[in-house]
Amino acid sequence: MSALEFDHVTILLGGRNILTGASFQIEEGEFVGMLGANGAGKTTLMRAALGLVPVASGAIAVLGRPATRGNSQIGYMPQNRGAITSLRLTGWDVVAASAIGARFGFVTLDKATRREIDWALEEVGARALARRSIGELSGGERQLVLLSQALIGKPRLIMMDEPLISLDPAHQKDVVDIARRICDNLKIAILFSAHELNPLVNAIDRVLYLGGGEAVIGAVEDVVTGPVLSRLYGAEIEVVRVRNRYYVMAGDVDVERDAHRHDDHAHSHA
Amino acid sequence: MLDYDFMRTAFVASGLAAVLAGTVGFFLVLRGQTFAGHALSHVGFTGATGAILFGLSPLAGLVGFTFVAGIGMGLFGEKLATRDVAVGMMLSLALGLGLLFLHFYTAAATQATALLFGNVLGVDSSALLTLAVLAVVSLVALAMIIRPLIFASLESELAEARGVPVRFVSVAFLAIVAVAVAECAQIVGVLLVFTLMVGPAAAAQNFSRRLIGGMVLAAGFALAEAWGGLTLAFYTDWPTSFWITALSGLVYLMSLAARFQVR
Repeated sequence: MSALEFDHVTILLGGRNILTGASFQIEEGEFVGMLGANGAGKTTLMRAALGLVPVASGAIAVLGRPATRGNSQIGYMPQNRGAITSLRLTGWDVVAASAIGARFGFVTLDKATRREIDWALEEVGARALARRSIGELSGGERQLVLLSQALIGKPRLIMMDEPLISLDPAHQKDVVDIARRICDNLKIAILFSAHELNPLVNAIDRVLYLGGGEAVIGAVEDVVTGPVLSRLYGAEIEVVRVRNRYYVMAGDVDVERDAHRHDDHAHSHA
Repeated sequence: MLDYDFMRTAFVASGLAAVLAGTVGFFLVLRGQTFAGHALSHVGFTGATGAILFGLSPLAGLVGFTFVAGIGMGLFGEKLATRDVAVGMMLSLALGLGLLFLHFYTAAATQATALLFGNVLGVDSSALLTLAVLAVVSLVALAMIIRPLIFASLESELAEARGVPVRFVSVAFLAIVAVAVAECAQIVGVLLVFTLMVGPAAAAQNFSRRLIGGMVLAAGFALAEAWGGLTLAFYTDWPTSFWITALSGLVYLMSLAARFQVR
């Protein structure tokens, strides 16, 4: 059984084909990095697996069952954080709010839930950080506290949407290392989306590359190549590999870095 | 002071409204929807003046109009409720309509002042009963949705992914806000609803880093400000609403000082 399986999935959003007959499988306990230009559909793919975006055709299975909303086997870490960064609440309260937030009625935090929250924070090394205001933490520290939320409820698949965005290199490494550790120690499959391959390249088992409605999965050296990426981007792409670092170039522009900086320009690739 | 019947009624009425306003206001501030709350109070003014014009009870008009407007705001989605220009236009249009209704109802000067700035000493026992029932129903409703409400307020995308009906929670919450606004308007008037709904809640969030603790603190501040205002009004003969706004402002200033001293 796969942790996540897309079987000829087509997704239309706003009259645009995000995915066109895309098929791939992520195995249980596997760490997969997801890449692709802005607008290539990384977030949409995750939201579809969560049952929040309808598929036009094809089927999505999570651990052998059709994707539905509120699936407790998926831990999710969305990219958009909104107002939370300006709050004075402790990180612990934020995590607790998510742990029991799906239940209506008179719900109190019981001992087992408190222990699970402490355990999840411990797993990501954020137990001490969670005692501070969520708004006073640095971006990287906050990311760790929020990552603990994805562990609650014993998920078997965790999807992290651009967790490295606007982090400095040291914190990027922390987040990637912790994701790898969660994957190894807890045998949880991880789908980790990013703009750049290099921070992930030594940690991931396989890479899932999106572009032009297609999804290609495989070992980094098989997928991140000139011919494959030229097809996905619909433009001439050259891949330069220096030791274990990859530079994806369109002409003399570094595509991944470019996508990071110029949002609207990058959309034309999709 | 408590020998007087009207004072006892005023203490109970303002206590009910303050606890409800402080609690609900805590979430209004947390969600960044304070302006929507303010706009609802102006819609309430239209409802109340309209009700007077047609010979109905102003309280019924107030509650009815804010309730419908609250649900409407919720149905249009989070975006509208947090969009300043749309809310601001609705607010001034509602106030203008209210003025028109007052214009047709000629002998209305005292009514207008009572609606705009509150008249806690004018609450009679039948109005008190209505206020009590509405407060209890609202607090119970809030308790029922409190966990999804907190989750959706802090992290709406994650809440949605976990299966929380975010839209329903938002509509239900604004309906509760509408009732709280109507209660509050009875005590401090539609123009000063902010003073009991937003002031104590904002102060509580400066003092406290905790969720439930902060909510209780907000209700406590609102209660202390309302009762403090009544007491001061009794001994000075200045308007109750003035004293409540003064206390609310004072507590908020103190909270700012506390917050920045800690840093």
